[in-house]
Amino acid sequence: MGNQAKKVTWKQALYAHRWLYIMIIPGVLYMVIFNYLPMGGLVMAFQEFSPYNGEGLFGPFLESPFVGLNVFRKFFTGPDFLMLLKNTLSISIASLIFYFPAPIILALLLNELGGKYFKRITQTMVYIPHFISWVIVAALTQQMFSTTDGFVYQLMEQIFGRGNGPDVMSNPGLFVPMLIGQSMWKETGYGTIIFLAALAGVDVELYEAAKVDGANRWQRMWHITLPAIRGTIVIMLILKVGSLLNTGYEQIFLMQNSMNRGVSEVFDTYIYTKGVVNGNYSLATAAGMFKSVVSMIMVLGANKLAKMCGESGFY
Amino acid sequence: MSKTKEKGTKIKRSPGDQAVQVLIYLLVAAFALVTILPFIYVVAGSFATERELTERAFFLIPKTISTNAYQYIFRTGDAVRGLFNSILVTVVGTMINMFFSCTLAYPLSRPYFKGRTGIMNMVIVTMLFSGGMVPSYILIANILKMKNSYLALWLPTAINAFNMIIIKNYFQGIPMELEEAARMDGSNDLLTFVKIILPLSKPVLASVGLFYAVSHWNSYFNAMLYISDSKKEVIQIVLRRIIFLTSSVATEGGFDWGAFGTPPQKAIKMATTVVATVPILLVYPFIQKFFTQGVMVGSVKG
Repeated sequence: MGNQAKKVTWKQALYAHRWLYIMIIPGVLYMVIFNYLPMGGLVMAFQEFSPYNGEGLFGPFLESPFVGLNVFRKFFTGPDFLMLLKNTLSISIASLIFYFPAPIILALLLNELGGKYFKRITQTMVYIPHFISWVIVAALTQQMFSTTDGFVYQLMEQIFGRGNGPDVMSNPGLFVPMLIGQSMWKETGYGTIIFLAALAGVDVELYEAAKVDGANRWQRMWHITLPAIRGTIVIMLILKVGSLLNTGYEQIFLMQNSMNRGVSEVFDTYIYTKGVVNGNYSLATAAGMFKSVVSMIMVLGANKLAKMCGESGFY
Repeated sequence: MSKTKEKGTKIKRSPGDQAVQVLIYLLVAAFALVTILPFIYVVAGSFATERELTERAFFLIPKTISTNAYQYIFRTGDAVRGLFNSILVTVVGTMINMFFSCTLAYPLSRPYFKGRTGIMNMVIVTMLFSGGMVPSYILIANILKMKNSYLALWLPTAINAFNMIIIKNYFQGIPMELEEAARMDGSNDLLTFVKIILPLSKPVLASVGLFYAVSHWNSYFNAMLYISDSKKEVIQIVLRRIIFLTSSVATEGGFDWGAFGTPPQKAIKMATTVVATVPILLVYPFIQKFFTQGVMVGSVKG
């Protein structure tokens, strides 16, 4: 690039800013080794890969026999694919419907609050769980919903009758609601920040003028508040749609058990089990590649769609 | 950010509108309460006796304060070792993160840095596409042979593209004149970076540093993948084991329960949860000061 227009030649730039070029070496090396080298590892999806093939560190990649698209064919037509797709989509679609609007609603509520201290204190409280690990969230869930000594369970027993309380931890039917509940508890508060930041840019006089003109609370929200955060909502929606297949493995992995495996096995946990635990590298790599490619297409597609609708998009 | 509405002009509210206002307060208060209730419950339970924990379903202040659970976890050593390991992983890991992220961010923030578009595109590609879990695992475990080494927790996550871009954007906002003045005085790029840019960027370095630190502290999955040596276990692994594998707590450690008879199983779980949470709550006030700006620069394009 840049053989014309640029007055500075590479030689001059390299010399004049040699420190910058030295400085950037670790970062570039990092990306090459830990981001781009694994992309090369995707070759496994087209092989019958075995770590025992060939000599040396990269031998297995060079010596394993190529099988074309066989692995993908096996993955798509195998018994697991539809189950994985169904489980993954039920979690992410439920999350899109119930969890995605939660921070927006809370931000709108916080925006209606007048008192400074009440607002500040509640904000401080609801941001905390974002910084807590999934292990701790799982631990808290267990301590509250355990059928032997969880206090929420005991509370629910009073409603449903002794021994009939919903067993959140192992009932497959409650697995998705439990995940959504955990996510809402953990991230709703923190999720408001970005919307509140967008709302901070709204001129207070706009609200005053609307009030004088007789606009009620809903009209003010509809015509002033919502338009102010529309762009932000679109960006968040793009990110969410792009990650439709990324249910995130830490949370699900921690809540997965033998009772709920039928609904809790998603692409991420499957890739882990097949690849890391069972050593079926080719199949797991193919599953991962399918997920990465679909996610990328969806982010780019959603971004394009947002731009077509006149929003600023993600980049 | 709390200035969108002020109570400056007093326009009379209808009774219906006031009822809505009260309802909004109640909803927000209820949500905040649900958020922190589990924490209070766990802290209260960790200081309770086992008898009280089985007799009373729910309480926020135990009748008898007992530190047995804490004595137990601090004597048996798993949680303590986990804490120390987590501190080591977090401190060194965050330093590595900051080194890699800043040295990548600075050149990328300089408009005169030739090749910056190319490298920036390299970064963006990594945000859109990745090789996935298995190729990374094979690279780290089989090729680089980092299993059971903390390097596996430090190096593969050395740069988070979002965090790096937050830093880069901040560097870009620093007036060029400062840099030019330094160059006049004979400073080279490295000296300018260390002596001028970094000191001016303390707020963003603090906030990104805290983001990195929190993510190291909370990380469970990578530790599970790469660290199997029990001496190197981090606190999240220890917590997960204590919470979900209930049985072994009773007999471990040869601890004398004295008057209480049985070891406080439930209180031990709660105390371990508290021990793993407290460090985060200690840094929380500092994070809170910075995270708003971090989220904003990171997510909203100008």
